[in-house]
Amino acid sequence: MTAQPDAIETPGTAGEADAPGTAAETGITRRAGRRRAGRGPGDGPMQRSSWRGGGWQVVADKEFGDHVLSIRLFILIVLLGLAAVAAVYSTTTYVRDNAQQAVGSTGLFVLLFSASSPTSQIPPFTTLVALLGPLLGIAFGFDAVNGERAERTLPRLVAQPIHRDDVINGKFAAGLAAIALVLVAITVLVSGFAFFELGIVPGPDDIARVATWVVATVIYVGFWLAFAMLCSVVLRRAATSALAAISVWLVLTLFASLLTGIVADALSPVPANATLDQQVANAQLQLDLSRISPGELYSEVTAYVLDPTVQSVGIILPQQQPATPSILPFEQSLLLAWPQGVALIGLTVVCFGAAYVVFMRQEVRA
Amino acid sequence: MRSKTSRGERTERTERTEREGAPSIIRARGLTKRYGDVLAVDHLNLDVRPGEVFGLLGPNGAGKTTTILMLLGLSEPTDGHAEVAGFDPTRDPLEVKRRVGYMPDDVGFYGNLTGRQNLRYTARLNGIDPRAVEARLGDLLAQVGLADVADRAVETYSRGMRQRLGLADALVKEPAVVVLDEPTTAIDPAGVAEVLDLIGSIARDRGAAVLLSSHLLHQVQQVCDRVAIFVGGRVVAQGTMRRLAEQMGGDTLQLEVGIDGPAAELEPALRAVDGVTDVARDAHDPRLWRVTGARSVQGRLAAALAGRGIAVWHLRRIGDDLDEIYMRYFAKEGAGDDRAA
Repeated sequence: MTAQPDAIETPGTAGEADAPGTAAETGITRRAGRRRAGRGPGDGPMQRSSWRGGGWQVVADKEFGDHVLSIRLFILIVLLGLAAVAAVYSTTTYVRDNAQQAVGSTGLFVLLFSASSPTSQIPPFTTLVALLGPLLGIAFGFDAVNGERAERTLPRLVAQPIHRDDVINGKFAAGLAAIALVLVAITVLVSGFAFFELGIVPGPDDIARVATWVVATVIYVGFWLAFAMLCSVVLRRAATSALAAISVWLVLTLFASLLTGIVADALSPVPANATLDQQVANAQLQLDLSRISPGELYSEVTAYVLDPTVQSVGIILPQQQPATPSILPFEQSLLLAWPQGVALIGLTVVCFGAAYVVFMRQEVRA
Repeated sequence: MRSKTSRGERTERTERTEREGAPSIIRARGLTKRYGDVLAVDHLNLDVRPGEVFGLLGPNGAGKTTTILMLLGLSEPTDGHAEVAGFDPTRDPLEVKRRVGYMPDDVGFYGNLTGRQNLRYTARLNGIDPRAVEARLGDLLAQVGLADVADRAVETYSRGMRQRLGLADALVKEPAVVVLDEPTTAIDPAGVAEVLDLIGSIARDRGAAVLLSSHLLHQVQQVCDRVAIFVGGRVVAQGTMRRLAEQMGGDTLQLEVGIDGPAAELEPALRAVDGVTDVARDAHDPRLWRVTGARSVQGRLAAALAGRGIAVWHLRRIGDDLDEIYMRYFAKEGAGDDRAA
């Protein structure tokens, strides 16, 4: 197989660079310099719009419309909304019951997201999002390309004057937009709940932290979107593709720590009479290995961003622990979260890149 | 049928433009596509001129769709060169796709959207001015007879309705070239006549070049000005129907004659006509005779028989029918098995 001819061009080479408005004013198509002049009806293409967005924007617009009206979006909003309300209700109840101790403590608003009551069975909101978020990404991506193949719309779509990558770029953009929509809606719901139940008014630092967390979550869920799209490009049936994506998600969620533990013990064994150095080396290796997983990277970002007292997610020996936890300003937390954030973006880009390359190299009829 | 009456005119026009050497809007020279060891398309030469309907005919797997994908720039030729609407599909796929309306084999639409919404999406992908598009979509939907169901979800459409929506979809961009892959497959006979009529009018009224592929020859022969017979990746014959028949038959022709009377009288009477070389009774219908002879026989036979007092109630030239031409090429190529499959 060879790269498709469309792939060679980069967006913007189509020569549609006239000033906006000219085409509309004169009623002439923009391709005045084309080699074959129009000679009557049927010879020239129709009058073009004066505004020409990239093809990916048209694709994204249509796909986003589909997502917003889809039943799967409704199901996911209900699922995540219920989880969020349950988690935050449990946390607010706990906070209210212990209001005396809470007075004067900083970062109470963000703690609503990341903390849970010690007596409750319900995990904190962020944990629920980390658990269920991948489902959101998979839902919007698992049938992105093979769905078009199944409906036999792909040949018609790529025969339109758009670049082939506009199809996959548009679909990715639409998926990210739908994910952002859901996450922002849920976050606003939770914030509103906190506001009305406890009367906590978030400060600028809180808002910055929560907004950063939403962005990081979109990127994390974007990784799963990209992975599900890769499955949809490689696997022909939508059901197989969904199953593959969900299996990987489950394996990473349930068995990642088990696997990293086994590998770390094999590479850096801890004997019964292990020294402190050996134990630390093993733990460090296990942590490094687990950072291959986007879930681990995301949870570290979340820990830094939403908890101002967190100064390290690495191994801290008791003697390194500060006596009184200090509160970090937002910029410092962001700085700490930066490497993990970049790694998360990198993983997402690599995953989307793989889907992109495979899609571009596929035959239309495949 | 409308397309029948206009066929003579169009054939005439095509032949005229051939003489004048009108510039082809689709031109392929030595176009070749190889998948591993399989030669899907083998040095194809093709010329289609504006205003004509060109039929790419052949059995399944002959390389028709591969050829179409190469002409659209959706597949890269292994060798050779093509030019569509003045552009090279390999180098300027977008320019080609702006001018070519394409209906794929087994065309599909987004089932959750209505017919109109599907067409609107195509219009947007083509960057057509949204202010101009609604009226145009209304016209197109009326033209293909889908005005009543335009605002119903496509998943409720029948196969024939989808096919007609596919035609409207290919016309949304006002193309200079329309490429239709198997436009009549799996539609009922009434639907086929409608679709063919529409295809004929695309070339006649819009002046667009129509390239259609089909394996159902008897269906599309009435609408094609010229055809290329495509077997195993190679064009085995190309030209107008009449020319193909002439190529096949050479100087002789075969007539099917329907006359009544005792065989002992009729056979000598037929043999007596100047130029007749062979006479045989039809195997199935004893009232039909197969007469082989020089080209001049066609004009003379009826008059000669009438002179002897024999009434001719049926006279048909055998070999003008595309199916027969096609079968004979298949017999030549030894590809008859493909057709049966």
